[in-house]
Amino acid sequence: MKSLLRFFNDLKQYPSAIASMVIILILLGISVYTLVTIPYAEAVRLWRGGEDVWYQLPKTVPPAWVNSFSATKLPDTIILNTATDPSLKTGEEPSGDGKRINMEFTFDFPYDEFPQEMSLYLKAKYDEKAPFVSLTWFKPDGSKISLGNFSMQGATQNFRFSQDPKLKNRFGEVQPQEALLAVKGSDPLQVEKGQYKLQVQAITFEKESEINVEFIEYGKVYGIAGTDHMRRNLMVALLWGMPVALSFGLIAALGTSIASMIIAAFGAWFGGWIDELIQRVTEINSVLPFLPILIMVGTFYSRSIFTILAVTILLSIFGLSIKNYRAIFLQVREMPYIEAARAYGASNSRIILNYLVPRIIPLLVPGLVTGIPSYVFLEASLSVLGLGDPVLPTWGKIIQDAEFNGALYQGMYYWVMEPAILLMITGLAFSMLGFALDRIFNPRLRGM
Amino acid sequence: MSESPQATPQAQNKPQKAESASRGVGRVMKYMAVRLVTLFITVVIGVYLTILIANMGGYVDQIRRGEIQEAAQQRVLTDQALKNLPPEARTKRLEEIIKLEEKRYGLDKPFVVRSMGYLSDAVTLSLGRSQNISSDSGSRQVRLILLERLPATVLLFGTADLLLFFVSLFIGLALSRRYGSFWDKFIVTLSPLSAAPGWFFGIFLIAFFSAYLRILPFGGMVAVPPPDNRLDYFISLLYHMILPVLAITVSSIFISAYGNRTFFLIYSSEDYVEMAKAKGLKSQDVERRYVLRPTLPTIITGFAFTLIGLWTGAPIFETVFNWPGLGRVIFQAVGLYDTPVIVASVVLFAYLLAITVFLLDFIYALVDPRVKIGGEGKSA
Repeated sequence: MKSLLRFFNDLKQYPSAIASMVIILILLGISVYTLVTIPYAEAVRLWRGGEDVWYQLPKTVPPAWVNSFSATKLPDTIILNTATDPSLKTGEEPSGDGKRINMEFTFDFPYDEFPQEMSLYLKAKYDEKAPFVSLTWFKPDGSKISLGNFSMQGATQNFRFSQDPKLKNRFGEVQPQEALLAVKGSDPLQVEKGQYKLQVQAITFEKESEINVEFIEYGKVYGIAGTDHMRRNLMVALLWGMPVALSFGLIAALGTSIASMIIAAFGAWFGGWIDELIQRVTEINSVLPFLPILIMVGTFYSRSIFTILAVTILLSIFGLSIKNYRAIFLQVREMPYIEAARAYGASNSRIILNYLVPRIIPLLVPGLVTGIPSYVFLEASLSVLGLGDPVLPTWGKIIQDAEFNGALYQGMYYWVMEPAILLMITGLAFSMLGFALDRIFNPRLRGM
Repeated sequence: MSESPQATPQAQNKPQKAESASRGVGRVMKYMAVRLVTLFITVVIGVYLTILIANMGGYVDQIRRGEIQEAAQQRVLTDQALKNLPPEARTKRLEEIIKLEEKRYGLDKPFVVRSMGYLSDAVTLSLGRSQNISSDSGSRQVRLILLERLPATVLLFGTADLLLFFVSLFIGLALSRRYGSFWDKFIVTLSPLSAAPGWFFGIFLIAFFSAYLRILPFGGMVAVPPPDNRLDYFISLLYHMILPVLAITVSSIFISAYGNRTFFLIYSSEDYVEMAKAKGLKSQDVERRYVLRPTLPTIITGFAFTLIGLWTGAPIFETVFNWPGLGRVIFQAVGLYDTPVIVASVVLFAYLLAITVFLLDFIYALVDPRVKIGGEGKSA
């Protein structure tokens, strides 16, 4: 207890250590929050989901907060759905067997740029005769444009403004979703800010027939993290990447250092052929190319994060640290307290595990903490190479997607920078803490 | 149970006068020869392990079987006598040929026997033909594909490592002279940055210099199409090397400079350094003869380990920078599932690591007087 207190007192002298511990705690907190709010199955479902999960989000748009840093305000996404908001249905009157339903989607558009796309998702319930729909667009100045009218082709139908042949025909060179929001006659096109209204009039022909319409104006920014090429909210992967990165780094660093410490202790204690064997294995391990072998395992066997973790630990046990540990154990072995233990008849395993190993834990801790970032980055490297876990969303995978889609080349910096900065923060936090611990535990370095 | 820890250095047992230069060279040569043989054996065992890993799923066998099948089909297609046979007889003949060939290659023998054959093939890199990748000269020979890429990798990482070595040496020296100054604290504070690997800084550098400023290329080794003129080619190469070399330097410079500086500080507080200063030697001489000399082995070890780290990280680094080296070939081979290329490049990387270790030993033998004078080769 006392030594623990002294340790914290020592730690207080290193502001970088305190800062990094706070960061690590925050990262751990976010990880726990993520695991609770987005359970594993949900995360996998979301990340592997296609258009059906993510159809409401715009494609490859930066996070919404970029608007606070730029003079031109990019449009946000507006979603209006009559199924969830019945007040959008402004009128209903009987007509023949069915009804005439009036729906009005009113929204403000105070932005400086045009939306990425506008779409209507129509869902109808009918037996034989599909509802008939007509669309009218009202601009802020009151002028109105008929967007067309059609009979629905099935129970569900999507009407994409940019893909509609009639609209495309009418506006020629200009994208329909831009022409509809532009100041008349402006060149280059300018947004006419104000309140827009899309009126959807539907006529049903059966008594039980129903219709619901969802209008989505796809903006050019989204949420805290933005979206990727599959319309996925990057937040899911950014959040989930955190527990994955932390646990991979922690488990790999912990497993490696404890295993190599115990092996080194056995080698130093028993000496002879055991020590010789360990030394030879270390030598062989030093010519095994680490990343290429991991790549080989990932390609031939399994890309599951557990396999990769196991191989990583196996290949790292006989690394550089085992030599250092051995040198220290050789010194400790000759100390009087070990001799005393031997004199009272302590067994080999008791001496190794109870007397030798605890002795070098102060040396182990800084090395362990400093080692965490390298494993965090290793996991990211494998994901960037396309050898990440096939189902889990991770930071490395975002970078890979971004690289593959030429994100930097096209100026979509947010896509690469968000996971990269998170990686950097995680790596720096552990590495800074490790450096501080190293000085606390190795007073020799303290003055330097 | 406990033997004496480490035999006392033999140099102390038999005090020797200054030896003739030729005897020193002879010792170094002998030492190097022993190291070379040991390292080769180590590599062979390492390669055997690689084969075991690769073959656990029967992949090396698949390479062989695929090759035999291809060859047999070629033979059946080109053989005039077989061409005129009815299809069924021809298939039967094909199967016979394949079976015979498999027997000839020993595919019917137990794995232990077979694996020895693979071992010799892998050690000589004669892993046959690739499945999908071809070299720039159009060859499908795995060895040619890899050897063609090797210079690019060696050029990039060799340059970066040398630069890093000298720059960090000078920064380390400069900092140890100005211990406690702003720049000293600055470098020490930044040293945790080195936790991030080179490719990671590469992404930031590409984002800034290539994507934002548009003044440096996104990747690749030379402009497309490559310039005809030698000078232009060289300039284009340099131009493309700026970012990758910078990325490697940024990722390691702080920790290397910090490490060097700390060593210099430790050694410059030794009594003999004080003595030299007291004698009135120039500070440059003191640094060179009394501080740099004893730290050299450690610094060179650091240099070699950095290089080893760079070789190992090549697949990801070269992928990020689109550098047409060995690492990028692995990445391509993974994408195309090209087994022979993957196995062969792992073997080639093992060679690169072993050569680096050997070079380290060699330089060590030159700078560490214990090797030249004493016989204790193992402690190196």
